[in-house]
Order: sequence, then structure tokens, then C-alpha cells
Amino acid sequence: MPEASETAALLPVVPFLKIPENGDPYLEGYKCGECGAVFLGERDVCSSCSTQGKLAGQPLSNHGELYVYSIVHRSFPGIEVPYVSAIVDLEGGGTVKGNLINIEPDPEKITMGMPIEVVYQTAPRKDAEGNEYLTYYFQPRS
Amino acid sequence: MSDVFILGVDMIKFGRFPDTPVPKIGAQAALMALEDAGLGIGDMEALYCGNLGQAGAMVGQRVLAEIGQTGIPVVNCANACATGATAFREGWMAIKAGIYDVVLAVGVEQMGKGLLGGGGGRKGIPTEGLLGSGTMPTVFAEAGMEHTRNYGTTFEQFAKVSVKNHHHSTMNPKAMYQIETPLETVMNAEMISYPNTKLMCSVNVDGSAAAVLVSERKLKEIGSNRAVKVRASVMTSDPYQERNLTMPDVNTCTQRAAAKAYEMAGVGPEDIDLVELHDCFATAEILHYGNLGLGKPEDAGRMIDEGETALGGRIPVNVSGGLLSKGHPLGATGIANIYEVSTHLRGEAGQRQVEGAKLGLTHVIGLGSACGIHILEKA
Repeated sequence: MPEASETAALLPVVPFLKIPENGDPYLEGYKCGECGAVFLGERDVCSSCSTQGKLAGQPLSNHGELYVYSIVHRSFPGIEVPYVSAIVDLEGGGTVKGNLINIEPDPEKITMGMPIEVVYQTAPRKDAEGNEYLTYYFQPRS
Repeated sequence: MSDVFILGVDMIKFGRFPDTPVPKIGAQAALMALEDAGLGIGDMEALYCGNLGQAGAMVGQRVLAEIGQTGIPVVNCANACATGATAFREGWMAIKAGIYDVVLAVGVEQMGKGLLGGGGGRKGIPTEGLLGSGTMPTVFAEAGMEHTRNYGTTFEQFAKVSVKNHHHSTMNPKAMYQIETPLETVMNAEMISYPNTKLMCSVNVDGSAAAVLVSERKLKEIGSNRAVKVRASVMTSDPYQERNLTMPDVNTCTQRAAAKAYEMAGVGPEDIDLVELHDCFATAEILHYGNLGLGKPEDAGRMIDEGETALGGRIPVNVSGGLLSKGHPLGATGIANIYEVSTHLRGEAGQRQVEGAKLGLTHVIGLGSACGIHILEKA
């Protein structure tokens, strides 16, 4: 993971990736105090139970398990393939989509339910204005 | 409330018409459906038009500009891949409510080629391939892998859906393709998003379909022995699910719509003779066997293995060739499947006729999500 002094200069790849000035980056969920539903990113109303004003932000776990995946062999021009598109259920709530790295893109090697950890890296691409981003990936956890 | 009947229904042969304006494509099916009904545009009291690609461009009014600007009310509908079914249902509701006795529903779409979907907006960093993939083949691959996770469904079983539907389309002259695709051809086709190969993705085509809906009173006045009764018309959206934010749920809204539709029609899945369901990808068809109650979810793989959903099987599914081979012009699909089922109920489906078909079901899913189900019966 990049040092805190380095990540501070990076933009978050999504609004729910938080980059504290002094501390490790994390994914932020908003949990409903009424029904317990967990959302990615800030919100005021719970779409599960419609309660207003009872949602609070909290760091999501960096540990979870692989729910499902697909191996993407054809994407838009300029995007390197193959890669593994994965949906991961985090411990304590929150489901996140991302690239699963450090694993062979082969259905024989990927097991649904396998333990996963979230890691943070500088994104290999910039935006149109040349800004650099911090992104998250999933990798197998032993 | 009046029963609602389909008096005329038709579709154009799906294909690629990049140089034809969208309203002209829609006008073709509109005229065909009117002819099938034995009526003219001057007889219509309202038009419900489904189109996604030009949702802000008054396609319905422009269809009328092609075939007759009679000044009737026009409602333009957009609801992703449920767009055509939504337009049809709006017409159904207006007659059901007693507002009109005869209306026209048109679905039309002109598609580009290539991948649909993808992640990231225009601002900031593009996220496709960085935070997974938002392409439609991937989204439905992941939905299929959930079935694999729960029930052990295999790549080969998903591929068999495509073999079946391509085979069916060889008997449908209005399908985009009439080509047999054996299992090894499907499985060895270019992998797009595992487990969906290129031949397991629906075909982007241009097309249109249209239907004339009438009240019971109007049907009696006109008289027809080819009318089809709309026994149920249902739409749902997807209720909250914990994985909604990352994984669109096409299952729950289908299960709920199916339950409501069977209740409205007073029938069960065992009474249905044929089904046209939303096989936007081969993986999707497998999910909907269980969602529509055609079998237990865990039996879906066995159902495709044993040919239960092929023409001649226990419950034929997508005998038109489905979106996989007939093609998927988004706004037209939800009326084209009503054309297909109606054609069987009328006994006019030729080589692919489901013998003795009395009740049929159509299903579409617009991702995001909208589910539309219609149950139709020979009147």
C-alpha cells in the first residue's frame, strides 16, 4: 500500500473510498440505524426501510468473501483483458464490486466463497485532466 | 372492468437498418398490426410508443407523422429492455380503465453494434476494467454465476440454452438469424465474459413490433375469431436487496411479477403452454426457469439438459429463437414476444407451432430493474 503521505495527493476512485490525511485509506459504508442495511457512500434515506436521518458512516471491513465473478475477455477499446470482475461481500456488511487481482483468470482457479482482502493502490490510469487516483482491488486472502 | 383483447399484432423481420429513421421502422410494424386488425390509424383512440434510444425525441408522434397525424394522444415510454412491454401495458390499462376502446401500441429500436453498458460517468476516471466490469455480458455472467454458486449449473448447461434458441430460430423467418449452432460452436465461440461466449449474447438488431388492443365491447362490434385475450398484465420494480448497489437483481422482480400474473389470470405455471422469456444472455434464461415457476430453481440445469424447454418438450421456451437469435431491439422486444405467443395461440406459427397452445406467457426485464409479464389466451 502507498504511504499516507503519497495517498494524500491522490483522488479517490469512487466517493466512498476515503483517504484520511493521517491514516490508512478505507471504504466507507452508511449503515441504517433502523434496519441495519449497509450502503456505499453517504445518504440520508434508507432504501430498504425508508427511514430518514438514521444513517451513519462507518469504515467497512477490508476482509470479505468472493460472492460471484466473471472473467472479462472483451471490454471497451484500450482496456486490458482478461481480468476478473468480482462481487465481494465484506465482513460486517457491505457488498462491493471490483477487480480481483493476483489470481489466474481461470474458472478452475477461482472459488466462489474464497476469502478476499481489499488492497489499495495507485490506479494505473489517469483522468482526462491528468489527475492521479487511489483505487481499491480485491486479492485472495490466505 | 372490460377484458382487453389483442385484435391485431405483428413485427417486422429483425435486421440492421442503419439508414432508416426510427419512426419509419416503427411505422412499418404499426401498419402491419393495423392491417392484421382490419383497422386503420383513423380508428385508433391513442398511441403508446416504446423506444429507448431516442426517448426524448417524440418517436410516437413521428410514427404518426409517417402514417397519419390524427391528433390522438401519444404517450412515449422508456423503461430499458421492458420498454415495449410498458407501452403495451399502458394501452392495456387505458382500455381496462374504460377510457378507450381501441388503442395502438408500438415498440421500435435502432441499435448500434457492440457492447452495451460499462462503468463510469463522463467526469473523473473511467472505472470500466478498474472496478470490475459494467458491461451487460459481465453483469449477466455474474448473475449466472450466482446460479452456479447456488445450484452447480455448468458453463455447458448455459451454452445449451443458446444451442436450443438458435435451433428454434431456424424455423422463424422473422428472426435475425436462421443458423444452427452446435454445442461445441457455442462453447468455442469468442469468450466475452465467462461464462457468456459471443453466441450466448443477444444480437443487437433494429426492429419494430406493434399491437392493436381493443375492449370486449369493441371486439363484439367488430367480430374476430383470431383475437387473443390478455389474461394478465403485470409490472414490478426490484425491491431492496443487500447486493443491489453492485449487482442488479433480476430475480426477485421476476418472481413477484410471475406470482401476481398467475394470480390475476387464475392459472398456474403448469397451465402455460409456451413461454417467451428475456434471454438477453444465455445465463439469464436459466435463472428465469425458476423465477417463473417453470421448474424448481435447482432443476434448471436438468431442464435444459433433458430438452424440457425445447419445442416438443414439457414447456417450450423461446421458440421464436429468443433474443439470442431472433435479436433484441430493446424497445420492440416486449411487443415482439407478445406477437410470438399470439401467433401460436392463433395456430399460425407454421413449422415452430406449439401444438394446441391455449395459454402463453411473455416476460421481459429492463435492467435497473423493470419486469413486465403478460399472460395471453386464445379468445
